[in-house]
Amino acid sequence: MTRRSWIGWQFTGPFLAVFALVFLAPIGYSAYLSVYRTQLVGGTAFVGIDNYTKALSDPQFWEAITRVALFLLVQVPVMLILALLIALAIDSGRLYGASFFRISVFLPYAVPSVVAALMWGFMYGTNFGLIGNINEALGTAIPNPLAPEWILTAIGNIVTWEFIGYNMIILYSGLKVVDTSLYEAAAIDGAGEWRIIRAIKLPALRGPIVVATIFSIVGSFQLFNEPQILDSLAPNSITTYFTPNIYAYQLSFAGQQVNYSATIALIMGVTTMVIAYLFQRRSMKGAGS
Amino acid sequence: MTAPTIRPAARAPKAGKKKNSRSLSLTAVTAIAVVYTLLPLFWLVVSATKSQEKLFDSFGLWFANDFSLFDNIADTFAYQDGIFGRWLLNTLVYVVIGAGGATLLASLAGYGLAKFDFIGRKAVFAIVLGGIAVPPTVLAVPTFLMFAKLGLTDTAWAIIIPSLVSPFGLYLMWTYATEAVPKEILESARVDGSGEFRTFFSLALPLLAPGAVTVLLFNIVATWNNFFLPLIMLKDSELYPLTLGLYTWSRQANTVGGEVVFNLVVTGALITIIPLITAFLLLQRYWQSGLSAGSVKQ
Repeated sequence: MTRRSWIGWQFTGPFLAVFALVFLAPIGYSAYLSVYRTQLVGGTAFVGIDNYTKALSDPQFWEAITRVALFLLVQVPVMLILALLIALAIDSGRLYGASFFRISVFLPYAVPSVVAALMWGFMYGTNFGLIGNINEALGTAIPNPLAPEWILTAIGNIVTWEFIGYNMIILYSGLKVVDTSLYEAAAIDGAGEWRIIRAIKLPALRGPIVVATIFSIVGSFQLFNEPQILDSLAPNSITTYFTPNIYAYQLSFAGQQVNYSATIALIMGVTTMVIAYLFQRRSMKGAGS
Repeated sequence: MTAPTIRPAARAPKAGKKKNSRSLSLTAVTAIAVVYTLLPLFWLVVSATKSQEKLFDSFGLWFANDFSLFDNIADTFAYQDGIFGRWLLNTLVYVVIGAGGATLLASLAGYGLAKFDFIGRKAVFAIVLGGIAVPPTVLAVPTFLMFAKLGLTDTAWAIIIPSLVSPFGLYLMWTYATEAVPKEILESARVDGSGEFRTFFSLALPLLAPGAVTVLLFNIVATWNNFFLPLIMLKDSELYPLTLGLYTWSRQANTVGGEVVFNLVVTGALITIIPLITAFLLLQRYWQSGLSAGSVKQ
């Protein structure tokens, strides 16, 4: 038993060592940094929870959080519902060339977010981009997606494009493990396609939907790449505190406020984990009743 | 002689029934999704064939009358003393060591968690599952601050070490190992006196291969697409991966006196995505079966 126990640790040890170095240590280190403040005059001083109280009353931080929360509440449901509809369509067996659909919708997942953001950013351009072409050709007046009032929608579209296929595959894989004899039995009972979806397919997808939602929550709160890259094409629309992560990045690299930046990163990390955990607990509790 | 004829006959009615139930209208509606996902990629291919002027003044979704793809590719690799080739090489190194290492560590640990009942196993599991919910981007700034203290910033290690760990990869390998490696095989190997690590590499790893390829693919995507970490860790452009390099080229348009090289950005972007798209198309069978194996447990 003790030998077996030792062997188990040998297999998991290498993973855990790196995990400790790049997951636990940075969290611990930023917790340490977050209770200090470095000033030009007077050096580093212990300030307790001052950085936290500062963050909670920081309007720029709140604006950033509100923005990603809005993004989460709109973009994630839109993306997941579309992914679900596509997964159901492909799984229905009623499409011509279903495997072509599956791979084509998934393909954007293989595109780096840098490339996705640059590509869409160029297409969004009203002067020389595709939007400009369309406005010119059709005489339409599609507003500039890179203008401040549209930029969040424009980013939402990029993120949806990047991850719709990934979520579709998660949901589709969930549908594939459903026992097909259930469908046959339901069909014999005279159940139509919608009835089968409601009574068999959607309940079977509960787990995959929870997983996809948690990944999307985590992804939304860490929004960084797309706005950071669009910043070069739309400098007036992306502020230095556009998302919490951009704010933390700016504080560290432009503002030299390392302690405060670590505090922001820590608050965001903990918030994300708590929300993901609460969501998972709630949805699993519902499954039991 | 009769057996082969029975099978096709038994299949025929089912195939026929399926054909009848196919729906043109559902196919047409779903095709909208494909237009949405493929159109930007089509735009990228078309744009990579255009010179910089044509990029600005020709219609975005069709070819211009000049065909500059090969000029663009040559220019992309020649610009700034051929630094693009260097970025491509760096990306390959980060992917091979980072994603390869992450897959190996996840396979070892997933197998260890699935097949050995050791003290502290539950605690390991809880911590690592919690790790899935920690956004990597949130860790990036703290990791930078820590690596700066350790003198690791602006080195290749600053990119490689963080990409060696994938909690989700470990989770997938654990579910996969639980199903795919029967305990009996391991017991008989033990009876034969085979060491645990030899058993792992010669017996278990081949059984784990489909799951490991899935995890490898997702790790490759994560490493190939890595942007935030290199952005904060690296100053020396000789160490950049492709993503960071393309970003700096696109930003040149904003700096005073910077040369606008959008045609190179577009062509470089196309070169960047081709290897990944090829890998996904060739390895379809693996990642699709691997993902559904992961979803059995949920």
